[in-house]
Amino acid sequence: MTALTIPAGMPQYDDKPRFDVERVRADFPILGREVNGHPLVYLDSGNTSQKPRQVIDAVARYYAEHNANVARSVHTLGTESTEAYEGARAKVAAFIGAPSVDEVVFTKNATEALNLVAHAFGPHAQDPRFRLGPGDEIVISEMEHHSNIVPWQLLCQRTGATLRWFGLTETGRLDESNLDELVNERTKIVSIVHMSNVLGTVNATARITARVREVGALLMLDCSQSVPHLPMDVVDYDADFIAFTGHKMLAPTGIGVLWGRGELLNAMPPFLGGGSMIETVKMTGSTFAPAPARFEAGTPPIAQAVGLGAAIDYLTAIGMDAVAWHDKELTAYALDALDTVPGLRIYGPRVPVGRGATISFTLDGIHPHDVGQVLDSLGVQVRVGHHCAKPICDRFAVPALTRASFYLYTTTDEVDALVRGLDQVRKVFA
Amino acid sequence: MQLDQLYQEIILDHYKRPKGRGLREPFAAGVHHVNPTCGDEITLRVALDGETISDISYDGQGCSISQASASVLYELLNGRKVDDAFAVHAAFVELMGGKGQVEPDEEVLGDAVAFAGVAKYPARVKCALLSWMALKDAVAQAVALEKEEV
Ligand SMILES: Cc1ncc(COP(=O)(O)O)c(C=O)c1O
Repeated sequence: MTALTIPAGMPQYDDKPRFDVERVRADFPILGREVNGHPLVYLDSGNTSQKPRQVIDAVARYYAEHNANVARSVHTLGTESTEAYEGARAKVAAFIGAPSVDEVVFTKNATEALNLVAHAFGPHAQDPRFRLGPGDEIVISEMEHHSNIVPWQLLCQRTGATLRWFGLTETGRLDESNLDELVNERTKIVSIVHMSNVLGTVNATARITARVREVGALLMLDCSQSVPHLPMDVVDYDADFIAFTGHKMLAPTGIGVLWGRGELLNAMPPFLGGGSMIETVKMTGSTFAPAPARFEAGTPPIAQAVGLGAAIDYLTAIGMDAVAWHDKELTAYALDALDTVPGLRIYGPRVPVGRGATISFTLDGIHPHDVGQVLDSLGVQVRVGHHCAKPICDRFAVPALTRASFYLYTTTDEVDALVRGLDQVRKVFA
Repeated sequence: MQLDQLYQEIILDHYKRPKGRGLREPFAAGVHHVNPTCGDEITLRVALDGETISDISYDGQGCSISQASASVLYELLNGRKVDDAFAVHAAFVELMGGKGQVEPDEEVLGDAVAFAGVAKYPARVKCALLSWMALKDAVAQAVALEKEEV
């Protein structure tokens, strides 16, 4: 048993930050519905999270009471909208410990944030840190989401630079054994996932950061899975850029964040051109606004940003330490529970340490599609397939995986429902 | 939704005991198709004897629906005239695109009628069609090659 659950009543119980899961669940209207005649058991939060009433209401209230375009009007509604949008930016900045509000760039999702940074690199970049050509190297890892692979592959195609990557150990951790060779004087940027959306691994970044600093490269962390689940402080992590996405942290779809060190953001060329990102426009040429406006061309996702602000208020009220501890206890419970299912193999760390609340597995001889289908008939929603991280499947030589991922509203009863469902799967395909 | 509509006995049977599986020689054309959303894969070869599909051989990995569908396809189309096979193919594609509203003709579709339930699961229709699309592609290539040679 790896379980580290501390029973209520034990003296240590109160040492840990906690919240009442049932009260949290009551805030999420969707958790009351049924699927195929069974109570919904939503175990796909790594894909997208559910939304609490507070977020849904904040978006509705914005449209009902304040709606106008931002940063372009002197009228009252325009001012209110701008305040709401910029207020959301300030909440994001505080949530991740950003030294300045201007370092928070709103994008449509994490994918856009990653592409934005990749597009800053090129053979003619003014700032040498972004100048990239043949002989230069970019380092990622084998556990990336496709959105932290493909933009860099495209960049290498455009520039002739070389893409390199960290391998994985058998237990699903980053293989850092060749760190000093992999990250070297030719490296321009290291962009790695903070928490894997498939293996659940939370990468320890300190050694990599130290090496990145030694060789004068830049460091980007894909925090799409970590910011929703763990306390984040960009100064502590000493990163140069982080990307994350609102919909995985209780907020609406259509809003994401790029955080970058202000000095770097202002050394980068614009990404998309258009309204709101300029300083002045003449027919003979334009100059550009400083960050974050430089990277926010066109009308931004205003209501979605407001929703993200409300989501951050919600998470902050519960406390990210408490969310992280809930994840840890639940993961310990689930790892043990899944261990009892015959023929089940977990991919990724098998101890609830250095990992988050996402567990991927195979069932002997039964394709994940079939697993997912039978579970769905019981109301249990899991993700199946390659999870936009095909290289991980290749690394472990499996065509596809089944993944259960949890969040602050997930209960041990739901883990039990998953385990019971897997018994049913085995019966159908026996 | 009714799980046993999806996983009919016939489908489970073909999945557990697939017909005609394994890659064989000789063949006129071979294709490899993947379903990018789930990673299901099939390699499929066809041999032609004049107007007749004289062998369909395949290998692949994937869920029960995609694997059973390949087995049913083999049983139904192997040894058929190309035109007949394409007519059955069209009926199967229509059934799969019918969202469960199309009444399948057992005369034409044989065991493939068992897939009628799959049509109600949009996420699984592609699984069922994987081998069928591969077959159409392979036969078209084989026919084109044959014409070149004449
Ligand atoms: C680790 C990781 N990176 C990036 C993304 C992309 O997020 P989005 O699709 O919101 O851009 C995801 C979402 O699946 C993810 O899990």
